[in-house]
Amino acid sequence: MSTLVAASIGPASSVQDGGRHGAQRYGLTPSGAMDRLALAAANCLVGNELLAAAIEVGPFAAAFTARDGAVRVALSGASRGADIAGRSVALDTSMTITEGETLTLGFAKGGAFSYLAIEGGIAGEPMFGSLAVNARAGLGSPYPRPLQPGDAFTVKPASGAPERRIELPAASPGPIRVVLGPQDDEFSDDAKALFFDSEWKISATSDRMGYRLEGPAIKHLENHNIVSDGTVDGSIQVPGIGAPIVLMADRGTSGGYPKIATVISADFGRFAQTPAGTAFRFKAVTMAEAQSEAKAFAKLLRSLPDRVKAIENFDLNIEALHGANVAGSAVSAVDAATWHATSVDTSVQR
Amino acid sequence: MAAPLPPPRLLPSGDSAITVEFSRHIDDAANQRVLALDRALAEAPVPGVSETVPTYRSLLVHYDPGQVDFATLGEKLIALAQRPASAAAKARRWRVPVTYGGENGIDLEDVARRLNTTPDDIVARHVAGHYRVAMIGFTPGWSYLSGLDKFLHMPRQENPRLLTPAGTVSIGGVQTGVQCLAGPSGWHLLGRTPVRTYQMHRDPIFLLEPGDHVTFFAIDAKTFTEQDRAAEAGEIIAELIAA
Repeated sequence: MSTLVAASIGPASSVQDGGRHGAQRYGLTPSGAMDRLALAAANCLVGNELLAAAIEVGPFAAAFTARDGAVRVALSGASRGADIAGRSVALDTSMTITEGETLTLGFAKGGAFSYLAIEGGIAGEPMFGSLAVNARAGLGSPYPRPLQPGDAFTVKPASGAPERRIELPAASPGPIRVVLGPQDDEFSDDAKALFFDSEWKISATSDRMGYRLEGPAIKHLENHNIVSDGTVDGSIQVPGIGAPIVLMADRGTSGGYPKIATVISADFGRFAQTPAGTAFRFKAVTMAEAQSEAKAFAKLLRSLPDRVKAIENFDLNIEALHGANVAGSAVSAVDAATWHATSVDTSVQR
Repeated sequence: MAAPLPPPRLLPSGDSAITVEFSRHIDDAANQRVLALDRALAEAPVPGVSETVPTYRSLLVHYDPGQVDFATLGEKLIALAQRPASAAAKARRWRVPVTYGGENGIDLEDVARRLNTTPDDIVARHVAGHYRVAMIGFTPGWSYLSGLDKFLHMPRQENPRLLTPAGTVSIGGVQTGVQCLAGPSGWHLLGRTPVRTYQMHRDPIFLLEPGDHVTFFAIDAKTFTEQDRAAEAGEIIAELIAA
């Protein structure tokens, strides 16, 4: 077996998968990847199940070293610089880290989370069918906590399969779509208008439990305490001070603040990738539109394996040579992935 | 034939969940209807429904919009919720040991003072109660119990504590509860139980179900320490009384 060592890793990085379902009635939140599309894209590049466990890498720089053999991985999600032993590698491709080499990831640019899927998956002890880390409950495997430098994963030796890339549709840059409710009747029409007419920013104090929003105070009609009821990913609750909090993957399963609206499931990953400090808006859509988008998103997830392509286009290699010369960096002319990186790097994040 | 019950409100919780609301308040009758609907969905699963989360006053129904849409599922839920409740499945009854006061229940004396009585009277009233698990939420295994003696109803702490011990048994508002993990709480801490309502490597992982009946009995601090050790090793400790 090979070993992948997190030689350096910032906060907010952990093993995540499709989540732990079926125990919310016992207070156990699902957790799971903040951006499921990116998780699935990374997984299918190395032939894993779409929602298998991978390393969710937070916004900070990180480095992974292969030991005891080569390790094949794939990277998707937030755009960021990446290289293996100095050779640039591209987002949305698979890559092989040979023994002793290090994959270095820069800071996320225009996103928050990247997913590093490992060929053959991550070995661990599932609970409720999931390895996802839920730090508050002390759950997750192989490490029931966010990753720390030195953490090591025992993984399958690299298969030597040809590297692949995946083409994902560009994400809409539009507002984050929400469905009103469940407690929108706790707010006046003016308060709701203010919510939708305002620009919002995600506070730097946000985490996997909730994204705190900075913007105008949203006032309640009467009481800011309701009798606790159930929450979902994307519930937008408004506590007494009027600063909304969007509940994320590690949310409490119940909450006692009125929820003005809920982020539609198709936009949840895109919302999760919104960097702190970037201005955005919310837009209300009908239930019919939200459910049609949910179905389209499910279809997109299912289509991912068909979107995987081999990296062996001769034209691309020529481009790579040109790109390398223009960029003036030391890249391999026969490595199409390298060319891909220089263009992907500057593109907006999904 | 009994008349249909008044319909609950259907509140959208995004595109993949419906909140079926029976009341806006903590209301025992509403909680019974929540649990009855939860039971009905468990007994006759509705295609597309993936998970249900009972709370005091509402049932959150998670579903896959690829299999069933809001309107279709909503109609089914309304119809199910209006059906007179079938005789409740025999609820399980648990006896749960608690060591009251001292370092294990740091608010007991203060609660007694505020209610102009003695700590012993508070304990006597708390162990006399017949409680039902109204909901489990917030953190794994945190069980909210209805049926608290009116005499013990009191507002929550103005300043919630950031860390309260695992196993704490407390009162807050009109409720009493058992928390499994250490964590923040704004309730008044009466004691601790060695019982783990949640323990990962035990079968069952979760001890209590919404709808279960619970009574408490007092144990001394020494017994608590012994039972706490046994519970850590995986013993259930709580006594299940045959239904």
